[in-house]
Amino acid sequence: MKLKLHIWRQNGPNDKGKLETIDAPNVSPDQSFLEMLDDVNQALAIEGKDVVAFDHDCREGICGMCSQVINGVPHGGQERTTVCQLHMRKFKDGDEIFIEPWKARAFPVIKDLVVDRDGLEKIMQAGGYTSCHTGGVADGNALPIGKPIADYSMDAAECIGCGACVASCPNSSAMLFTGAKVAQLAVLPQGKIEAQRRVMAMTEAAKENGFGNCSNHYECQASCPKGVDVKFIAKLNREYMKALVT
Amino acid sequence: MQLTQSSVGRKIIMAVTGIVLVSFVCVHLLGNSSIFVGADAINAYAQKLHSLGPFVWVFRLVMLAAFAIHIVFGIQLTLENKAATPESNMQVKRLKTGFGAETMIVSGGVIFFFVVYHLLHFTVRVTNPEIYVPLGDQGMVNVYFMMVNGFKGALPVIAYVAGLIFLFLHVGHGIQSLFQTLGLSNDKSLPVMGMFSQLVGFVLLVGYVSIPLLIVAGLIKI
Repeated sequence: MKLKLHIWRQNGPNDKGKLETIDAPNVSPDQSFLEMLDDVNQALAIEGKDVVAFDHDCREGICGMCSQVINGVPHGGQERTTVCQLHMRKFKDGDEIFIEPWKARAFPVIKDLVVDRDGLEKIMQAGGYTSCHTGGVADGNALPIGKPIADYSMDAAECIGCGACVASCPNSSAMLFTGAKVAQLAVLPQGKIEAQRRVMAMTEAAKENGFGNCSNHYECQASCPKGVDVKFIAKLNREYMKALVT
Repeated sequence: MQLTQSSVGRKIIMAVTGIVLVSFVCVHLLGNSSIFVGADAINAYAQKLHSLGPFVWVFRLVMLAAFAIHIVFGIQLTLENKAATPESNMQVKRLKTGFGAETMIVSGGVIFFFVVYHLLHFTVRVTNPEIYVPLGDQGMVNVYFMMVNGFKGALPVIAYVAGLIFLFLHVGHGIQSLFQTLGLSNDKSLPVMGMFSQLVGFVLLVGYVSIPLLIVAGLIKI
């Protein structure tokens, strides 16, 4: 396949940045999107040009590192798919593809497609610890947790922290991320102890780190590569109200 | 402090004041719909409201407070949201949200100006003083006469239809949004809330707009 790529090039957070058109003349439909970019970079390197900086790590859809807005949608718009799991067979010969970084005040661009997602880490840090008893290892079944609760918590824990929710949100809100992190612990006996402090601290950290407010567009769920549900934002809101009144 | 400064706290305030405002809009439509029964019905309804005396003023103050709080926090949250997204991508494709949800601040602004006009038109009686004629000797106004003559010109009809289209857009997103904000939704109920929200908005639009349109059509007349 022959593709025309419009890739965002930016030297740093203070650089203005612009789209640069780069041809990809020999793309295999079996390649992943990142492999295609590897080839593009290889060609750029041979020509002595500056390669396109992009984030990646596991390349199997579980680490949350790859973070590109492809044709206006974080991760490219294929349902529940990260960029690394997006394959070139989804595109047609002659396609023009726009590749841009996450854009949000909370995610300053480091270079090209790489952004600083430290804001999400700050929210996690604000979440703090969960209390546990010290001493010997607890019996496996000493703390029974019902299957529906365990499933609910695991669904929330599917979040890989990629930041697509922020990138897709018209308000750059991190409420789906925060909701998932709050909800996964709030329903478990281990997490209930600090639940009230946690929800207050995490929502405050989201605000302090420059994320916007949720106004219920639900773009976050639509673009989440793990399909994390906005019901976890409702759960966060319930937990917040509980913390307010007690 | 948490309630008035935090992200979720202010959204809760938006939701609660939203409930007050949309409930009023629904009750107001029910009251207005007595015009379909006839002149005596809507005049009797107006008389009943006036007989409440000081309670009317308590009610008006509560409404004014809800309206003001909803506007102030709405503007504040929107400005913060704009600041959180200083620059958009060159290509933006939305997958889920709609026109109504993305234009809440615009529809809210239009509704504000519409409400001001509506109050000047029918409550403070500034824009069209000629439509007021007394009813009886209790200081009452003939509300039926006021409404029918109030929609004689093209300007009020256009203003009301436009204002109510924006109300439809605002309520269509707002109702499901308040359920989500107050934590009253889950994955099963949220799509139903979305449809309910649109339905309420549509009923309000049709209900309210039908009055000036039926007057223009000559079906409601003196």
